Amino acid sequence: MATIARNRLPDQEREKLRATWETAPGVYGWFATVDHKQIGIRYLVTSIVFLLIGGVEALVMRVQLAQPGMKLLAPEQYDQLFSLHGVTMIFLYALPVLSGFSNYLWPLMLGSRDMAFPRVNALSYWLYLLSGVFLYVGVPLGQAPNGGWFNYVPYTSREYDPGINIDIYALGLIFLGISTAVGSANFVVTLLRTRAPGMSINRMPILVWGTVTASAANLLAVPSVSLACLMLWLDRSFGAHFFEVSGHGQPLLWQHLFWAFGHPWVYALVLPAMGIVSDALPVFCRRPLVGYTAVALATVTTMVIGFGVWVHHMFATGLPAMAISFFSAASIIIAIPSAIAVFSWLATIWTGQPVFRTPFLFFAGFVILFVIGGVSGFMTASAALDWQLTDTYFVVAHLHYVLLGINLFPVVGGIYYWFPKMTGRMMGERLGRWSFWTMFIGFNIAFFPMHVVGLEGMPRRVYTYPADLGLGGWNLLISVGAFLFAAGILLFLVNLVLSLSRGAPAGPNPWDAPTLEWATSSPPPPHNFDIIPIVASRHPLWEDRLEEVEERSQLDRGYLLDVGRETIGTTPMDAEPNVILRMPGDSLLPLGLALCVTLLFLGLLAHAWVIAGLGLAGALGVLVAWLAPAPPVEAQKARIYA
Amino acid sequence: MRRDAGGMRWIYIGVSVSTVALIASAIWTLLTLRAVAQPGGGVTPLAISVTGHQWWWEATYPGAEPDGTFRTASEIHIPTNVPVRLELRADDVIHSFWVPKLAGKTDVIPGRVNSMWIEARTPGVYRGQCMEYCGVEHALMAFRVVAEPPAQFAAWRRRQLAGASTGASIAPGYRVFARRCSACHAIRGTESGGIYGPDLTNLSGRATLASGTLPNTPANLARWIAHPQAVKPGARMPDIDLPPGEMQPLVAYLETR
Amino acid sequence: MPEIRVAARLLPVNGTGRLSTGWWGMLCLVATEGILFAYLIFSHGYLGAQAVGDWPPGGAPALALALPNTFLLLGSSIVLEIGLRRYETARAGSPLPALLVTAAMGGAFVLVQLKEWSNKPFSFDSNAYACSYFTLTGFHLAHVLAGLFALLVLAVWSWQGRLRRRPSLPLALGRIYWHFVDIVWLAVFTTIYLVPQQP
Repeated sequence: MATIARNRLPDQEREKLRATWETAPGVYGWFATVDHKQIGIRYLVTSIVFLLIGGVEALVMRVQLAQPGMKLLAPEQYDQLFSLHGVTMIFLYALPVLSGFSNYLWPLMLGSRDMAFPRVNALSYWLYLLSGVFLYVGVPLGQAPNGGWFNYVPYTSREYDPGINIDIYALGLIFLGISTAVGSANFVVTLLRTRAPGMSINRMPILVWGTVTASAANLLAVPSVSLACLMLWLDRSFGAHFFEVSGHGQPLLWQHLFWAFGHPWVYALVLPAMGIVSDALPVFCRRPLVGYTAVALATVTTMVIGFGVWVHHMFATGLPAMAISFFSAASIIIAIPSAIAVFSWLATIWTGQPVFRTPFLFFAGFVILFVIGGVSGFMTASAALDWQLTDTYFVVAHLHYVLLGINLFPVVGGIYYWFPKMTGRMMGERLGRWSFWTMFIGFNIAFFPMHVVGLEGMPRRVYTYPADLGLGGWNLLISVGAFLFAAGILLFLVNLVLSLSRGAPAGPNPWDAPTLEWATSSPPPPHNFDIIPIVASRHPLWEDRLEEVEERSQLDRGYLLDVGRETIGTTPMDAEPNVILRMPGDSLLPLGLALCVTLLFLGLLAHAWVIAGLGLAGALGVLVAWLAPAPPVEAQKARIYA
Repeated sequence: MRRDAGGMRWIYIGVSVSTVALIASAIWTLLTLRAVAQPGGGVTPLAISVTGHQWWWEATYPGAEPDGTFRTASEIHIPTNVPVRLELRADDVIHSFWVPKLAGKTDVIPGRVNSMWIEARTPGVYRGQCMEYCGVEHALMAFRVVAEPPAQFAAWRRRQLAGASTGASIAPGYRVFARRCSACHAIRGTESGGIYGPDLTNLSGRATLASGTLPNTPANLARWIAHPQAVKPGARMPDIDLPPGEMQPLVAYLETR
Repeated sequence: MPEIRVAARLLPVNGTGRLSTGWWGMLCLVATEGILFAYLIFSHGYLGAQAVGDWPPGGAPALALALPNTFLLLGSSIVLEIGLRRYETARAGSPLPALLVTAAMGGAFVLVQLKEWSNKPFSFDSNAYACSYFTLTGFHLAHVLAGLFALLVLAVWSWQGRLRRRPSLPLALGRIYWHFVDIVWLAVFTTIYLVPQQP
């Protein structure tokens, strides 16, 4: 079978490629690496750490809420906890974890040797890590953000919330937004220019569709919240009147700007994860995804419509009826492309031959949770119904079903699925099943009753509730479920750590999957592919079995490109090779730039303008060094192996 | 391995059925929005102005007669079978007004007047709560809508307008009030006209204290006056330290207003 | 038996213009910064639409300084474009004059804008119109300053002989950015100065 050939490059040649691409050893290499695989794993590890921190915040809140009138937390402490929980999960876990998957997998899936901008990749990670620390800098001072993750004015204006907490929030989100923007640009350009020859856009994995859609959307949505945060910081620091009623400012302007970002953002949090399922589930159904084109188009359509529904977070604000009606209708219609994806997965499972391994359990569980979250979603999309449901625990139930159901469950399933590729070992299957069932049952015990207490009228964002409303029993059940769910996460983590040293060895393709990342070793060499593949179909490794195309993908002959760090650049639509791309190697510039930006934001936070100025000057200096042009290289004839 | 493109039928049928359900839901939504936009005709609506504060609710009843406008707090009385138009304002930050059994919620936003209407068919007490995070005591910002037959509502309204009656036996309590409370609180019919805190006219007629936080009993009232920060940490009312010789008359006075 | 060979076709290395990756990266930057200005203009419009009373308070701003300034900035774009095209078609030996004249015109724009700011009867914290005005024009000014910095850096690199290859990718990127700054100004100018003019 020609397509599953091992790359039969001579060992000496392979060693030359490895030496060219390997990160330098030691501390220098650790700080200077631009290897997308290392950066991807850092994103994954860091986001899981934030997941655990956010989870602990949630568990403490659930103890406080387990019974009415509990005095574990003072109201101010509770308010900081729920604000931090939201910020941590939505900003510091949910998108970065998907960036981690995409960073690690994209070049492997696309048949390339690196992302389009390797140093920008490193930069986006350092900015993420440093901005995450920045957002937490208030915690030891008892000044964590306390306005909720949505931070409505006027409560978060200086008059009502004078501490440094909201300044940390506002500046921290602008800081994090830089990481998101540069990372998104990297994904977009990587997609357009560095796919393997022959990988036309209708042959890309759905994860790639999902991430590029989310990245393009982020480029257009993040500036909205960055602007809102800047305006808020200007109101608080310099007495501006963007939102201050006394100076003819408008509190609702904050909500428009925030949700114009916030709604596209939540689709950015789930579309790549849906892509994970669309790529990995079919492997466990032993058949290609049903309706690839429909699912790819549904991904883009969902995101586009997602820019036109933001007012559904504002149904109760007293906006004109015409606006409310339009946005309600749009919010209901957006469920249609999601339905395309759901029925595609159901059809794939039903018409396939399911293999009930741990990843499959997570993906099947995800479909169930998606449907429940989707139903509660289109219920709240109806403005008339939303006037009862909004700001109650019903919405808390909805958002957790969609965020954990559509982000966390695919992420954990995805880790079980790609762990062998990343480490060369399988995760434990038995512990995997235990972790799935504990998580799934615990999740539903914790979050399903929230629909009920929401319908009973329990408000969100409250540190306690009266004893005479009959909510105590449900809340106790919810808290128990939360701890059970946490135990499931713990089992998953134990499995992860144990498998690192004791997992069964995995070959290049333990799941017998079709996409390119499984054509190279586990873990991949630093240069990903000895020979850059030439792609002829959506499922390069299943071509003989599927016979969907006449040609065969070539994995053992093609571009070698071993003069320094090189990969092939291709045309955007059809992926025809048209340029050799020389990639930068290890560099401390990304870390340097990130540290200068950190200095800038710390200066702004403290109103220490000289320090901020130094940070800005340093950043400009690093940028000049970064962008300084190298001597041009003449056109060349590429080295190939054929 | 399954090779064919079968399974597309799932998508066609599934999406078609979903689309029909979604469109039906959209139509229902638009029809319902139109139906609840205005009260049924026939009866002259009553207008009440509601203002949200950190962390209590104020209601102002406009009156046609001279000096016919009065304020109250935490309990909003309405007549049954009369549509009530609420004008919603916020004094400080965004809150949200919700009486689940009577209507959907509407935010109160500083710098803006929102309006909604409610109508109670059956007499009774309807619980409401602030539904938009507004600070530390957002959790303890409830209120009650008391719907009563028009005759009883009219009687309540007259009592509110009449305000306090001074009787000699309870004057000592009033003196404490005037000295320690009137900077922030008002009682109609006396010289106390403080506007920062809730209007306490006929406090004895209310079932709860501190915006639905405590049942209205003399013991709770004393506790609230002495240590509001222990009951509702962060509330705008400071602890008022009164010796028993002053607290008891004050509580007695307030509980008979 | 496969072996290591050299392909027949010549391929450019790293490339310029659409062949490069940097060009697409610059387009992403333009997209994200451009929509930032769109959100700023939306906010300005929203504050105006919701305002009670005159907007702008005190009437529409005068065009006496802003209109000539607009032509100055447009002119700088034209200078840059012509100068760089001459360099690329080898009719000019160096891009340095074009870069420096453009930078000088951009610098003049900055000075005129600052003068306009100092003429205003309101300050940043006066009211909603004031802070929106200063933020919208201030964001644009910051982008002009960044563009000036880029032009000067390109001038230094040109002087150092780093930009000998034509077409030059750094020059192309600088030029895209400068034209972007100019087009954004047209939108800002229209919003602040033209829209409020009553006939």
